[in-house]
Amino acid sequence: MTGISEQFGREDWSRHTPKEKARRFGIFAVCALAVFWALGSIEIIWAWVWDSPSQMADLFGRMYPPDTSNLGSILRVLWETVNIATFATALAVIVSLPVAYIAAQNTTPNRATLWLGRLILVSSRSVNTIIWALLFVAIFGPGIVAGVVAIMFRSIGFIGKLLGEAIEEIDTRPVEALEATGASRFKVIAYAIVPQVMPTFWAVAILRWDINLRESTVLGLVGAGGIGIILQGAIDTFNWPEAATVLLAILALVVLGEIVSAFLRRRIL
Amino acid sequence: MSQHPDTWRKPPFIANPLLRWAVYLGALAYFGWVAATMPIDWARVAQGIERAGRIFGGAFPPSFERGGLLIDGFLESLKIAILATVGGVALSIPIAFMAARNVAPLPVFYLGRAIIIIARSFHPVIVAIIFVKAVGFGPFAGVLTLVVYSIGFVAKMLAERIEEIDFGQVEAMRAAGAPYLSTLVYAIFPQIMPRQIGLTIYQLDSNLRASAVVGIVGAGGIGATLANAFGRYDYDFALAITIVIVAVILVSEAISGQIRKRIA
Repeated sequence: MTGISEQFGREDWSRHTPKEKARRFGIFAVCALAVFWALGSIEIIWAWVWDSPSQMADLFGRMYPPDTSNLGSILRVLWETVNIATFATALAVIVSLPVAYIAAQNTTPNRATLWLGRLILVSSRSVNTIIWALLFVAIFGPGIVAGVVAIMFRSIGFIGKLLGEAIEEIDTRPVEALEATGASRFKVIAYAIVPQVMPTFWAVAILRWDINLRESTVLGLVGAGGIGIILQGAIDTFNWPEAATVLLAILALVVLGEIVSAFLRRRIL
Repeated sequence: MSQHPDTWRKPPFIANPLLRWAVYLGALAYFGWVAATMPIDWARVAQGIERAGRIFGGAFPPSFERGGLLIDGFLESLKIAILATVGGVALSIPIAFMAARNVAPLPVFYLGRAIIIIARSFHPVIVAIIFVKAVGFGPFAGVLTLVVYSIGFVAKMLAERIEEIDFGQVEAMRAAGAPYLSTLVYAIFPQIMPRQIGLTIYQLDSNLRASAVVGIVGAGGIGATLANAFGRYDYDFALAITIVIVAVILVSEAISGQIRKRIA
């Protein structure tokens, strides 16, 4: 019979060894310190914090009841918002195909193109849609064109990255089989690579469309078209009942978008 | 002789030919119509390219002269992200329990789901605008915004994880006569803890990234510094800020990825 003390070097059972305990305690201490540092040094006017529940109540009180007198033009702009998201997603999907192809290690022609592909993906992904929109509003002027291009630029990185990863994970045997029969490069892509990444392709495109629907609702705040322009206008003129209608319209749009994308995902995948 | 063709053809994407052509034509008509109604003013674009040239010309070389402002902005973003993550995750846990079908009664379940849907539906920038109007400019509005943003993601993922737990442990606790709270603490928490920690780290990273954006509408942090630089035509400082934001995002993504890999 070996006792617990002989096996583990201590009398009583506990879940963690002393070393583990020390490490856990250390991690907790670091987290707690970080929180106290943040709380202690952040420049918050505490009077505003204590005041905030009544301010929020006041704001929502002013929003009620929502003013639907402008509903017609809100719905028209909402449709424009959907068009921005859909069109930009479609363009981004088309542009991201070659980018994904050169950013995947197993299909890229050479090292230079691999790094070019990765550079495009990283720079597209790291800059937020709003910042892209600021830039394109300066170039194209206010309007939905800037919005479409901004969303497209941000989406290329997202779709390209996930698609590139899917290409890197394909089964290489169909590719080899086709190459062995003397198929051209184009046919290898069309018959060995495309069918394998098709499910990921659709899943990513639908997911990004869903995200873009949300992002296109804020483009208007920097002048790049869509429902955000009306929201900004209503807030700037303290027309809270109309702002409430716009917010409800956005909520309905996003929920509808989620239902549509869930339906498409079930049908296609 | 059978009528089978002797060359193989790729099976079409949609089997029903009528539906297939309807979908293709519909998509073509829709995108054609959107493209045709796209109001591109080429004269404006030509001017705009010149203007973009001026912006980029003013932005190069990036100026790190006012590094102090840059560091202050970043520290504020970091503080906002930390506090929002703590607050958001703390609120997410009860909401996730409310929104998990297997542990919550039906009315509570609907309430939990509704909270998550509302938190997820609004882009953080919209939430930020409303909070800035309600509680004033500054980091507090940023913290509130990112708390809402965190609830939308963490509570949703956590609720899905709770719905996937092994229910045997809950049943064992109930059979032993444990009260509701003890069942949660001893049967459910240990099962969702790894996911919970992973989500928290991911959300911290995500909040840091989002805090750069919500600052543009006045919710504090590095985004506010960036918006100020843009507003004062300090394009070289704006470019410096953007470069540092991108670098910090890449580093924080790498760190959070490493930690999550080691936990999982």
